[in-house]
This record gives sequence, C-alpha cells and structure tokens, in this order.
Amino acid sequence: MSSETGPSKDVSEEHLPSERVSHGAVEPAGDPFADPGLPPHEHRRQDVDERAAKSSERTVALLFVVSMLATIGFIASFVAIPVDRITYIWPMGNISALNFALGMTLGISLFCIGAGAVHWARTLMSDEEHIQERHPIEATPETKAQVLSDFRMGAAESQFGRRKLIRNTMFGALALVPLSGVVLLRDLGPLPEDKLRHTPWEKGKLLINQNTHEPLRAEDVTVGSLTFAVPEGLEHDDPHYMEELAKAALMLVRLEPEDIKDKRELDWSHEGIVAFSKICTHVGCPISLYEQQTHHVLCPCHQSTFDLADGARVIFGPAGHPLPQLRIGVNSEGYLEALDDFKEPVGPSFWERG
Amino acid sequence: MSTTTAADDKRQPAGKGEKLADWADGRLGIYTIAKANLRKIFPDHWSFMLGEVALYSFIIIILTGVYLTLFFKPSMQEVVYDGSYVPLQGIPMSEAFASTVEISFDVRGGLLMRQVHHWAAIVFVASMLVHMFRVFFTGAFRKPREINWVFGFLLLVMGMFDGFLGYSLPDDLLSGTGVRFMEGAVLSVPLVGTYLQMFLFGGEFPGTDVIPRFYTIHVLLLPGIMLGLLVAHLFLVFYHKHTQFPGPGRTNNNVVGMPLMPVYMAKAGGFFFLVFGVIAAMSAIATINPIWSLGPYRPDQVSTNAQPDWYMGFSEGLIRIMPGWEFVIPGGYTLNLGVFIPLMLFGLILTAPMFYPFIEAWVTGDKREHHLLDRPRNRPVRTGIGAAYISLYLLLLVGGGNDLWATHFHLSINAITWTIRIGFFVLPVITFIVTKRICMALQRRDRDKVLHGRETGVIKRLPHGEFIEVHAPLSQEELFTLTSHEQPKPVELEAGTDENGVVRKAGMAQKLRAKLSRGFYGEDNQIPKPTADEYKEITSGHGHH
Repeated sequence: MSSETGPSKDVSEEHLPSERVSHGAVEPAGDPFADPGLPPHEHRRQDVDERAAKSSERTVALLFVVSMLATIGFIASFVAIPVDRITYIWPMGNISALNFALGMTLGISLFCIGAGAVHWARTLMSDEEHIQERHPIEATPETKAQVLSDFRMGAAESQFGRRKLIRNTMFGALALVPLSGVVLLRDLGPLPEDKLRHTPWEKGKLLINQNTHEPLRAEDVTVGSLTFAVPEGLEHDDPHYMEELAKAALMLVRLEPEDIKDKRELDWSHEGIVAFSKICTHVGCPISLYEQQTHHVLCPCHQSTFDLADGARVIFGPAGHPLPQLRIGVNSEGYLEALDDFKEPVGPSFWERG
Repeated sequence: MSTTTAADDKRQPAGKGEKLADWADGRLGIYTIAKANLRKIFPDHWSFMLGEVALYSFIIIILTGVYLTLFFKPSMQEVVYDGSYVPLQGIPMSEAFASTVEISFDVRGGLLMRQVHHWAAIVFVASMLVHMFRVFFTGAFRKPREINWVFGFLLLVMGMFDGFLGYSLPDDLLSGTGVRFMEGAVLSVPLVGTYLQMFLFGGEFPGTDVIPRFYTIHVLLLPGIMLGLLVAHLFLVFYHKHTQFPGPGRTNNNVVGMPLMPVYMAKAGGFFFLVFGVIAAMSAIATINPIWSLGPYRPDQVSTNAQPDWYMGFSEGLIRIMPGWEFVIPGGYTLNLGVFIPLMLFGLILTAPMFYPFIEAWVTGDKREHHLLDRPRNRPVRTGIGAAYISLYLLLLVGGGNDLWATHFHLSINAITWTIRIGFFVLPVITFIVTKRICMALQRRDRDKVLHGRETGVIKRLPHGEFIEVHAPLSQEELFTLTSHEQPKPVELEAGTDENGVVRKAGMAQKLRAKLSRGFYGEDNQIPKPTADEYKEITSGHGHH
C-alpha cells in the first residue's frame, strides 16, 4: 500500500523512534526487531501528588461508607416492608417492593465494597510491574532417574511382578467388587415390560371432557374447535394419576366425513369426530395448537405438524410417525366411548416399539 | 494489630498477629507457602477476568443454594396450594412446586435469593464459555496447560447439566416439559432406552422419584465434583503461573505483572463483590423464571415459547431442525434416528473442544512449553476453527428459538427450519474461510506496518508535485511486539530411508498429519513476517522503487 514511502526521508524528527531508557534491553547487533525490554514505569498522579492521593483515599472511604449505609438499608427494608407489597416502579412495572429494596441495597452494599477495593488498588497501591522467572515444569534428568529407581525398588520389594498369583487374584478382586454397586442400582426402577404399550383406555370407557369433567356427547364436539378428553375413572387421587394422564391425554376434532382422506381414520371416527393421542410422537410434549382451516395440529415444543384429516400424518417437523388414533363410538345413551385401547404405543418412539 | 507500627515491631518482636502466624506455621507451614505465593506475580489483561467472573458466580451459587435448601422441599407428593399467592390457591401441585412458590412469596428475601441463584447460574455458564473462548483463541491451552483445559471443560459441561437439573427442580410447567423432552431423548437410545427411562424415573414418566433424585445430583453430587475440579483448576493456574501476552520485556521464561499481595488481593477480592453486587441488582430489577405464572407441571399441558435456559438452547436447535427419521429394522425394532442423531450430535458438539489441544499438538508436532499467548490473527486456522464452532453454536441457538424468530420477525417457521438445516453444513465452512482470510489480511497489515510504518493521515506535497502520505515508523516496542511471534513450519514426512538404508514408508497417520500440518502452517496459511533484512533494505533508503 505504501512501498513508495520509506520512513527515513519524508518524516520529521519527532516521528523517528527516540532513544528509550529501558531495563533489560539486550540488542543483538543489527537486529531491528530486538526486545527493548520492559518500558520504564510511568508515575500516576497519585504517586507524585499527595493531594490526588488524598482524594483517592476519600473516594475509597466514601464507597465503603455507602456500603455500610446500604447494609443498614437492607436490614431496614427487611423489617419495614411487608412481603406481599406490590409497588409500581418505572420502567419495570408492578413488582415486589421487598424484592426490589433488598436486591438494590444488597447490590449497592456489595458493589461499593468491590468498587472501593478496586479503586484503592488502581490508584494507591504500587503499579510497578515486576518480573518473575518461570521454571520448567519437567523434572531434571537426575530427579527423574531418582524417582524411577525408587519406583523400581518399591516394586521389587513388593514382589508384585514376581508373585503372579497375588497380582492376578488382586486384579480379579478389584475388578469384581464394583459389581456389587452396579447390582444395587437394579432397584432404581421396574423393568419396562409392556408398560409403554397400554393406556387406561379400553372398550366402553366414556370420554370425559377435561374442562367440565362431564362425559362428552357427540354434539359437544363442534367443528373448528379442539376438545380435550381423559378416560372415565381417571381420578386425581389415583396414585398413578400423572403417569396415566401422560399416556391417556386425548384430543378430539370434528371434521366433515368427506374431508377425511384416510380410510382407517374414517372407520375409527364417529360422525366425523376423530380422537387422537395428544402426546406428540417426537419427544412427548402435549400438542395444543390447532389450525381450523387445514386441520393441522402443531406441537409448540418442536413444531412437529400433523394432518388430522389424513391419519395424523407428519407433514413437518422432527416427529417420526403419526399420532395414534383412538377408535371411538357412542353408547346407547349417546355418550362418546372408546371402542378399544390405542393400537400402538403413544408418545415418543423407542427401540422395542416395532 | 492496627495500632502496631513499624517502630512498635522493633520494640515488640512478636505482635499478636505474628504470634498467631507462628502458631499456624508450626502446624501448617504457612510461612513456606506464603514465601512462594504472597508476592506471586500475575500479568494483567482485561480478558483474564472472565475466568474470575465464573469463579465468583460459582461461589454466589453455592451461598444462595445453601440458603434455598433450607426452604425447598424436593418432593413430588401432591398437595393443594393454600399459600398467599391467590391465583394458585386450591390448585393441586407437587410439594416441590408449592415450596418454590412459598420461597417466592412468603419467605422474606426468598425471591431475591432464588433470582440471585438463577441469574448467577446463567452468568456462571456464560462466563465459563467466554473464558474458554479466550483461552482457545489465544492458545493458552497449549503445553503445559492441556490438563487444565480438560478440567475447565468438565466444569463447563457439569455446570450446564447442573443448571438443567436446577431449573427442573421447581416442577413447573416449563421445566417439566424439559424433563419430558429428556425422557423422549433417553427412550430413543437403541437397545436400552426403555430400561434407562424406567431406571431414571423409577417407573413410568413422570413418577414421583425424579425430583428427589435430581435434587441429590444437583446439590450434592455435581457441585461436589465441581468443587474438586475447581480447586484443581486454580491450583494449576498457580502452579503453571499465568500466561501473558507478548510485549517488550515479556518472554516465554518470565512473567511480568503485579504481585498477589496487595494488588491482586484487592483487585480480585474487590471483583468478587462487584460481580455479586451486579447480580444482586439484576435480581432486584429483572424477574427470572417466574414459576408462579407458569403453573405446576401436568403431562397433558404445555405453554408456548417452551425454551430451555440459554446454555441448553443449542441442543434444542439440534432437535428442532432434525428430520423425523424413524425406521423399523428387521426383527421389529425401531431406530428413532430423528431423536437419537441429535442426542449424539449434542454429545459430539459438547465434547469436541476437549480434544482440540491434543489434536493441535499432534498436528503441529509441538512439544515445547508455551507461556506467551498468541494473537488470534497469527494462528488463522485455529481462529477459523473457533469461529466456525461459534457460528454453528449460534446457528443452533437460533434454531432452538425458531418459533420466537418466526413470531418476532414474521417469518415462516418452515423457512427458518430449512435455512438452519442447510446452514448447519454451510455456515461453519463459510465462517472458517472468511475468518482465516481476515486473519491473513491482518497479518499482511502488521507486516506493512512494520516495514513501512504507521499511516499518519498527513499528506505531503513533494517539490516535483507528487503527493504522498507520511508514514511514521513504529517504536521499538511495537516493532518487537509485531514480529516476536513464531511462525512454525509444517511437519514434513520423514523421508525415504532410515540410517540403515531401509526404505521406510510413511503410514496413513503420518500422511494425514503432514497434510493437516500444511493446512495449519503451509505457505498459503500464514503470511511470512518481515525479516530483519527486508526491514533494513527498506529503511536504509534503497527500498524506494
């Protein structure tokens, strides 16, 4: 970019490198890039002007005093402000007055200690740089030889190498003993067996509206809305309520029967009402977003999208297979009922799923 | 003590403090320890404080964490809430959730401690990551510090997982969804997935064991290991002595800086209070993880914007962009690659940095100790690799929040997902190339500066009418700093025959190594730094052409 301009002729004296006072400079003859050594120490104002130093001292002391006041403020806030008081503080809005007061006073009391210490270090403590030598981490050959010979002597005295029977049985014992610990972990949980294959749904179980806790009738499921249901008999005080709910959660939509593209889906529906597992087949989030026009449902966790008009086929996202469908009908009293359990495991896929 | 002056010391040879120190020395040998360390020199650079932020936030986490254990009940026993937060009254929830709400609303200062704990955890992981980037880009991981790099890496990974476990403990709707995601990921493991899931949860999801188990791991197992690693990490920092940036008077065999006592005691000690103060103020003004507005976990409910804490975001990105590959293999078993591949990639992306120091040492054949830091521009390939990694990480972070990007910027979520799928392969390559080019350009700039001086912006007209810009020569300090770095040569294949005349063939590993080494230090991958002769020729005045 500037090979035309050598620095030597066009530059005034003041731009030329000046002679520097520095320590430790060893310049091999003729090396223009030689290490000039540590630059000379430059004094700060506080080093030469006692008034500036006094001023720094006062600043540090002031910071420490502010910290003390803030701690007193912390204790006063703790005592004086009720835990449930909500106050409007711009720009945060309505927030807990106690949390704000405690946090700010604690923050100020801590910050001022830190600021005081750092200001003290930067303005009053010596800022002269020192040099310390490093020493190689590796041992000297003599040390190494000594250690190796000590080790050989120790090994020989133990007769470890000579008495193979002791060595081999010791390794055997040490290798086996952790097995006890592994075996102990067995009771962390039951074996999977077929637990993931069954849900509380079975023939004749009514569909209970999750919001009203009333049995659903066909006419309760309207076009364009997503209805959530659980099986009858699944009660909150059931010790396995959460586990059963995690598998049984169901969503219902009403489609026009002629819109249903999948033959089996149509067979398992009732008057266009289809029931699918609400648990996403990707990693198990409950699906909760329904697009009325397209009959797509979307899982809000990872955006797997299923087409409810086409066997809940995956049309986008990371899910690997369709949502399982529950076969439904109506009983003699007009209530929606399950005609079977799900025909395949609900929720995320696993090795034995098949 | 404070009234003792130097004059008093002469009259009273052993003051109270000295007597106490003597007592301790007789039992602990403190004078010998202090002799080596009290005036130990530490070099100064702003980037050296990143590790300190991590250390201090860890201490803050422990302090506040112990406080939280006094009130938190790690139980999934179902209770009906009857505390002071009206919107949740009468709602069934686990004791874990109920006690977290109680800490937030009924314990004075409880909310503050919860928020300090959570904010400090976020700062902790962030500062570890940035600290690690500093160490990476300056080559501070090289011999003799590879093991300390591994310790630091383990701290980062454990910090992440302990964070995940920690925010899962309140058993709220958001974190419960995260645990469900973890269950799905565990189930995807071939052969043993269902067994792992049953053993982890003590039965089917969610069961009643997972929170108490997480609690033990969160407050005892992982912090215990981390504390040990942290002590080892700091010990090695002391033992190796800190690295320093190159500059006048600074060599590979010395360390230039200021002494531990008093300067670093005051600066580092003060910095702890600064970090704690800032985090306390953050917790006063910024809400984090308002579990009361999320509600207790139920496996059939979910909220939108279901994101993990930021440090788990890249795993979320991986799982979101992966196509749903699921196959039934002969024998009737299901291979759920759509979840299992992201799980493996998660492990790979997470652990890859751990191996880098060993790979670079092997490729470059460098077995010497390094205490002087590299300027990133002088190691274009390493800097490129680091930048590519960051680009991939950030891309996946965007992927982890693709729904937020879609709603905030009115974009199609499908388009975002596809962009990230393609970017996953393309972006790191582009970033690598661009970064390497920038580094080489900066090397060229340094070279020009050394040879031709600094552009002054002063335009001068010569007698014959030509305009030139005046270049000022650099000071000796600058000349030294810009030329003191090493430019290694690539390792060569050991040629032809050995000393007995037997033809030796280079093995595959040898060839690969030579090739990679050329990639690091070959002619196209670094700009030769100016030689003394070049400099003399130009500055002697004959350099004009």
